[in-house]
Amino acid sequence: MSIVVNGMPAEVPGDPRVSLLDFLREQLHLHGTKKGCDQGACGACTVLADGERILSCLALAVQYDGRSITTIEGVGSATDLHPLQQAFIDHDGFQCGYCTPGQICSAIGMADEIRRGVPSHVTDDLDAADMPFSHEELRERMSGNLCRCGAHNGIIDAIATTLAPLPERATEAAE
Amino acid sequence: MTPLRYARAVDAQDAVLQATTGATYLGGGTNLVDLMRETIERPEKLVDVSGLAVGVEETENGGLMIGAGTRNTAIAAHPLVRQRYPVLARAILAGASAQIRNMATAGGNLLQRTRCAYFYDESGSRCNKRQPGQGCDALGGFNRNHAILGASDACVAVHPSDMAVALASLDAVVHTRTSKGERQIALTELHRLPGDHPDIETVLEPGELVTGISLPPALPRSTYRKVRDRSSYAFALVSVAGAIDLADGHIRDVRLALGGVAPRPWRAYRAEDVLRGGPIGKVAFAAAADAELSHAQALRDNGFKIELARRTIVAVLDELTGDPA
Amino acid sequence: MSIAKDAKGLAQGMAQSLMAKAVALAPDNWVPGGVPDPLIGRQHGHLGRAVSRIDGPLKVSGTARFAADFPMSDMVYAAIVFSTIAKGRIVRLDTVRALAADGVVEVMTYRNAPRLAPPPAFMSDPKAAGGDSLPVMQDDQVHWNGQPVAVVLAQTQEQANHAASLVDVTYESAPAVTAFEDARANARPAMFMGQPLHDEKGKAKAALDASAVRIDATYRTPRHNHNAIELHAVTVTWQDDVLRIHDASQLVSHTAWSLGQMFGIPEDKVIVTSPYVGGGFGGKCMWQHHVLAAAAAQLCGRPVRLVLSREGVYRLVGGRSLTEQQVSLGADADGRLKALIQRGLTAKTPSNVMPEPFILAARSSYAAETIELDVHTVELDLLANTFMRAPGESVGTFALESAMDELAEALNIDPIELRIRNEPEVDPLNGLPFSSRRIVDAWRAGAQAFGWERRSVVPASRREGEWLIGMGCAKGTYPYYRMPGGAARLTLTPKGASVGIAAHEMGMGTATAQVQVTAERLGLPIEAVDFEYGASTLPGPVLAGGSQQTAAIGAAVIAAHRLLIKELLGIIGNDSPLAGLKPDHVACRDSGLCKRDDPERHETYASILARAGQNSIEVVGEGPPPLELMHWSMHSHAAMFCEARVNAITGEPRVSRFLGSFDCGRILNPKTATSQFRGGIIMGLGLALMEESQIDERNGRVMNPSLSAYHVPVHMDVPEIDVIWTDIPDPHTPMGARGIGEIGITGTAAAVANAIYNATGKRVRDLPITLDKLL
Repeated sequence: MSIVVNGMPAEVPGDPRVSLLDFLREQLHLHGTKKGCDQGACGACTVLADGERILSCLALAVQYDGRSITTIEGVGSATDLHPLQQAFIDHDGFQCGYCTPGQICSAIGMADEIRRGVPSHVTDDLDAADMPFSHEELRERMSGNLCRCGAHNGIIDAIATTLAPLPERATEAAE
Repeated sequence: MTPLRYARAVDAQDAVLQATTGATYLGGGTNLVDLMRETIERPEKLVDVSGLAVGVEETENGGLMIGAGTRNTAIAAHPLVRQRYPVLARAILAGASAQIRNMATAGGNLLQRTRCAYFYDESGSRCNKRQPGQGCDALGGFNRNHAILGASDACVAVHPSDMAVALASLDAVVHTRTSKGERQIALTELHRLPGDHPDIETVLEPGELVTGISLPPALPRSTYRKVRDRSSYAFALVSVAGAIDLADGHIRDVRLALGGVAPRPWRAYRAEDVLRGGPIGKVAFAAAADAELSHAQALRDNGFKIELARRTIVAVLDELTGDPA
Repeated sequence: MSIAKDAKGLAQGMAQSLMAKAVALAPDNWVPGGVPDPLIGRQHGHLGRAVSRIDGPLKVSGTARFAADFPMSDMVYAAIVFSTIAKGRIVRLDTVRALAADGVVEVMTYRNAPRLAPPPAFMSDPKAAGGDSLPVMQDDQVHWNGQPVAVVLAQTQEQANHAASLVDVTYESAPAVTAFEDARANARPAMFMGQPLHDEKGKAKAALDASAVRIDATYRTPRHNHNAIELHAVTVTWQDDVLRIHDASQLVSHTAWSLGQMFGIPEDKVIVTSPYVGGGFGGKCMWQHHVLAAAAAQLCGRPVRLVLSREGVYRLVGGRSLTEQQVSLGADADGRLKALIQRGLTAKTPSNVMPEPFILAARSSYAAETIELDVHTVELDLLANTFMRAPGESVGTFALESAMDELAEALNIDPIELRIRNEPEVDPLNGLPFSSRRIVDAWRAGAQAFGWERRSVVPASRREGEWLIGMGCAKGTYPYYRMPGGAARLTLTPKGASVGIAAHEMGMGTATAQVQVTAERLGLPIEAVDFEYGASTLPGPVLAGGSQQTAAIGAAVIAAHRLLIKELLGIIGNDSPLAGLKPDHVACRDSGLCKRDDPERHETYASILARAGQNSIEVVGEGPPPLELMHWSMHSHAAMFCEARVNAITGEPRVSRFLGSFDCGRILNPKTATSQFRGGIIMGLGLALMEESQIDERNGRVMNPSLSAYHVPVHMDVPEIDVIWTDIPDPHTPMGARGIGEIGITGTAAAVANAIYNATGKRVRDLPITLDKLL
């Protein structure tokens, strides 16, 4: 077995203490995933495990044997950006850029959660078939990703204009 | 983090067999990995049970069975939970962050440990929970987040879970397994009050594995309200889980549980006794809250929690007895 | 109008538009009688354009390399053991078990650490970078709770961390002063930047007593941490007696010089690079981790990676100190200030020179007839405190601007009107003219954009459901600084130009804005300009602090530009259309030079270089001394507007709307400037509502050293924040710009507190404003 990272299989580390985050950074040299606290409190290390956003600092790499991990390097490259990455630039959704890979991975996982109908703390109607893609929903759902530079408005704008289901995006543009 | 071995259990029986002395079960790791990094937990072996007992199913009596390995997000998103147990969905969604909810298991959520700052400061502070008999630095220190109910001179820490508070209000039952067999424990009996032994936090035996949580049929209306400093991604200062059944303008049945105020998910039996069979209205609600909080004891920094809990209880009862939105 | 006249007009218009595209040389000084930087009025060039960050693609793709992202072969990982007493000495230090643990290469303690000089404390020398002057792991003495006492080096981070937990230390405690109250009696006058934090104009106490309306209140602000999301990190190696540091730094040259002093080597033998910094805010200066990593690398002869744990950041990187401020305001019935008194206490340590200077804003805010300002400081046995975003103004404006709100209510005057009535004509203390002060414009524009007229004058009178709603305003202010000594290298090639300067890009947008500035100045397309920064090997030094980088870099580039033009004219030869012209006769446009009053006489840089047979020209220019600061009182201002909601049941305070209206001179890039303003405001929301570093006064230990226990705002706490600005250039600064990095955090906390008062009728004077204070 192995961990598949951005489509490439990688051998699971021998030391079970190695976190998925340190595995990515120190062994695979995928430095895009960042360490901001190593305590599950900042979201900078967010990656996608089989499409679901998780905190790689609280994940032991060995536990993800057989899973498929997507990091920021797997989302898009500097010369071939994912639309959300481009939107972060267009909306200035970052300043120092340190929390940015985590914000982007988190947003991709979040959009999928909304599509799957996962409610949030601010969802009024838990029974609703379609979850709203409102700014309030996005702010609540992205609250696990801290940003100290204060790029919050740009981040939410970038997500809203890129990942919203098409009709809502049209509404967004009209506003 | 101390050196350790890792094994992935194939089923519950295998897990129990592998859980030899010095071993700890690993769920999503969202609390345990952090505690290991702080060297507060030093297992020699991790038995990974996160892939076992995953799923939510309806039971024959109209309740639910939640597998211990079910991720928090999956529980909150489950249609039956959302329809029948909104208190549980809302409690889970009020907790932690989406990433953590995607990782954390139901069993692990119940067994997470306090975030008391002095408990967490392994090298620099005294804590009876970490090291029995050492003393408690929270008593004379920062204790704004600490308990007003059920604490002892040895420990004033609170249980941090939101989900467990909802479960306490739902009469949930915890299903466990040891090498000797299986048993069921009322969720309200799972966590011990600290007394002289805050280091012993639950009634579980060594090696006893939580395999699932069952819920009886729900009361018609329920909700969860969490009060915290930050508007998201913060532990509760006070939370209230409530479920109610109304009939002919009075309260036929009611369940209340409090979070953020006690060493365990705090079932508010005294308040329930005042309310059950009685009238609807602020006077009754305030009397119920006062009954529950009459024994509350404030520390240096947390006296506000008594009034906050009183208000939040009344507000939740107001919401549950108001016109459905 | 005749056709002939039309043609003439057309020709004139063309010449003017050509001239408008040409940029003459900027002045070499900003003194009375001089001319402004020709860039200040340019409307349709690169300046003022919302250019996206030039480093954007690297940052969003995770390929921008931060300090901990540089792998090195044979590298070891470090973990630090921190002291658990506030003061005393180490009596036993057992490293046997740690040394025996798997993968451990070395354990460094005071016994085997290389001998080092103490760090030069910041401000003790122009290039001093130390947060304090305490020796680093040189003896058995403990000076604060959390001081590093051992560094474990191992093959992996996991091994190092584990071995660090095996180091066994026994201490002998000495009496320590860790409680603010215990030190109060020993308060002493505070000095800041070599000057006393004390000002007097007239007899303020007497004027206060004689005032018709008086406000007298005490405000408290707690300690804060910067909490940049990037952990402090260094990757360090010694290569042939050169110390090479991949750093996260806002003062690379200072760090190189200071480490040179400590290790006894020339500063050019220390190379510090820091191309990306994951947030600074004053916290990414030189602290013990630099020294420990360099010493450890020397000791074990291998490259070292030292990434502080989040707890480690709190234990060894200082933050903002606490303040207790008394503000007394006296006014006549019309609201004219007769007396302004702001005085109080802060705390520092015996080994640093940074009392939180909370009176700075009051020095130039209002035209009070009498003024008395004073800071006293006590000394505690704690980790040294330091600069954090808008030191002084951030917390000082909370007190001053809350008091102004209290005075407005006592006078029954609109809070904005009260402030405008007390606008000074000249600097109230030193009498200097203001370089540019358009705060009244900012107030008017902000009030209109925010809908201030909808504010209810009566507190606690607006409610929606459970939520009480209120509006508040406050004035923010931050001075213009330009530190002496900044130099820039300017390299011109046939393809374009490159600026090299030991400055820093921590996300402020510096690199992007300076590319725009340089392109505009040289008449180049943006793509033809490169900006090299973040390396101690470059000319400089330019400190990223005090919101002064833009001006400092701007002035250095202006100086280099003058030299460059001189060099170009020197090689131009007789065949050029520009032959015989002097620097003051030429201007830059369209990738070349032209005659200033005849832009058609033009030759491209490429052509000039080709004719002279040169591939490039390189010059280094040094910015002139900041004489402008001696001739004018130079300050930016902001009018801050907040709408707050407080839950009537639970007391939970939330900010639902915020608008900042800024007067900061010329805005070079509206996109990155918006982010700077918003970022400051959001940190101000944290300051107002949730931030506090909790030090247990029994033993001086930080008890919330994590991002889950120290709350910073999350997305849900941050509403849409509107920012607008006057965009009126300051004629006495490079580019007409003043710094924008810190002003956003000033005034914000008071605007929030004042909005909460308006919502609830409760005046909270102790930050943070948490729900328990509003129940």
